[in-house]
Amino acid sequence: MIIALNIGLAVLILALGVWTIVARDTFAAVVGFIAYGLLLTLIWVQLHGIDVALTEGAIGGGLTGALLIGAASRLRKTESKARAERPGALVRGLAAVVASAVTLALVICVLALPDPAPTLAPQVAANIAVTEVGNPITAVLLAFRAVDTLLEAIVLVFALIGVWSFAPDRAWGGRPGAQQHVDPNGILAYVARVLPPIGIMAGLYIFWVGADHPGGKFQGATILAAMWLLTMMAGLTDAPPISRTWLRFGLVVGPLAFIAIGLAGAVTAGALFAYPLGYAKPFIIAIELALLPSLALILALMLLGAPQRAASQ
Amino acid sequence: MPEALLAATGFELAMVALGLVRVLRGPGDADRMMAAQLLGTGGIAVLLLLGAAAGADAVIDVALTLALLAAFASIAFVKAAPGAASDDRAATDPRGDAG
Amino acid sequence: MSLALNLFTIVAVVAGAFFFLAGTVGLLRFPDTFTRLHALTKADNLGLGLVVLGLLPHASSLLVALKLIFVWLLVLLASAAVSQLIARAANREGPRA
Repeated sequence: MIIALNIGLAVLILALGVWTIVARDTFAAVVGFIAYGLLLTLIWVQLHGIDVALTEGAIGGGLTGALLIGAASRLRKTESKARAERPGALVRGLAAVVASAVTLALVICVLALPDPAPTLAPQVAANIAVTEVGNPITAVLLAFRAVDTLLEAIVLVFALIGVWSFAPDRAWGGRPGAQQHVDPNGILAYVARVLPPIGIMAGLYIFWVGADHPGGKFQGATILAAMWLLTMMAGLTDAPPISRTWLRFGLVVGPLAFIAIGLAGAVTAGALFAYPLGYAKPFIIAIELALLPSLALILALMLLGAPQRAASQ
Repeated sequence: MPEALLAATGFELAMVALGLVRVLRGPGDADRMMAAQLLGTGGIAVLLLLGAAAGADAVIDVALTLALLAAFASIAFVKAAPGAASDDRAATDPRGDAG
Repeated sequence: MSLALNLFTIVAVVAGAFFFLAGTVGLLRFPDTFTRLHALTKADNLGLGLVVLGLLPHASSLLVALKLIFVWLLVLLASAAVSQLIARAANREGPRA
């Protein structure tokens, strides 16, 4: 029964993927891609990766969708020109051959993986009690491989700076996105007043529960970012100018706190990013608390894009 | 019991698949915007049934996240549709519907 | 006792599946965007509610049961508002098949 379900799910997702590529209208293709992302969440649940399913649903479904739809609406004017430029049969044939070759290589690699796959999971399970967290993913991300998580957070900050670099000179330090004019008594404003409090509660809950169950700061931050973006889309709040001090501080407080705790570990426990025995959980929670607002800010600002309006507007 | 729930999940997934076929084919952007709605309800039903069949409570958190983010994605679609430049007032409704 | 609960679950989930079927049939067969939206939103949300009702007896704790109901209410709220927005967007697009 489960096998039939998994096969059905796989077939559905493959068909949806093919449709997304073949679809001519950009808007339709983006909708197909988002449906694909939301269905991938189901696949991750079936693979017992609940944390990954949470991340896929949040980022792949919601945030990437909003990002792509913004891009699609910006490309709308050039769409007819793009459609007119159809590559010749030779190029298309070559593309099909290369894509098939890459797929074949991936399939062979996956099927040739040793069974049982080499894994450090037993070592993690043996040592997880020391970290005082119950969720092995959190233990790996914030205790055993904390350096990777720090570098990922810093990469996100760099990515945001990269997005900001697209701002025209006159708008540098200004507000991203266009001014939203929305009827304050309309449905959109209503949703933006009612949903964010619930969403913030849910985001904080998922952040908190990540210590012992699937969840964590990244998924929680994504939900918080989505709720903030919702209020901006409905015109209830305006995007902040990126030169604001609180914004800049909020962006770096997470990585800085992380680095500080890592350096403190060198002093108190003898190695960089080591935690003193018995104090692991408070430090992990401190890192997560510092990273949560930073990640939420980064994700929301990346979606808003480069500043378009001068700060004084 | 788990087998019955898995059967319901399979049925539900088939409904979502059929719905997707119709919704993605629909002429016009509004039809396609319904895809996020469809997955928001049907997909969540599949998740909850899967979670109950496997006895995993964490799947409900995934359903919660999906509900919030599917709503967010739907609203992003509506805002990005052509002609959505101004607001969502129905005052200029040519059919004279007050709703 | 547990037989009665299992029966209740099966009945509720089957009823929910029926409403999902009705919603999907409406989605496939209705002639117009608005009627399709109507079928999708109303029938699917009711179907989800019945499925949640059916899963309540098997929740492992009160907190889990409350979470299930909370998810359903959230979906209800979001669907109601979003369907209005989609309908207004469809209205702006103009009448199409």
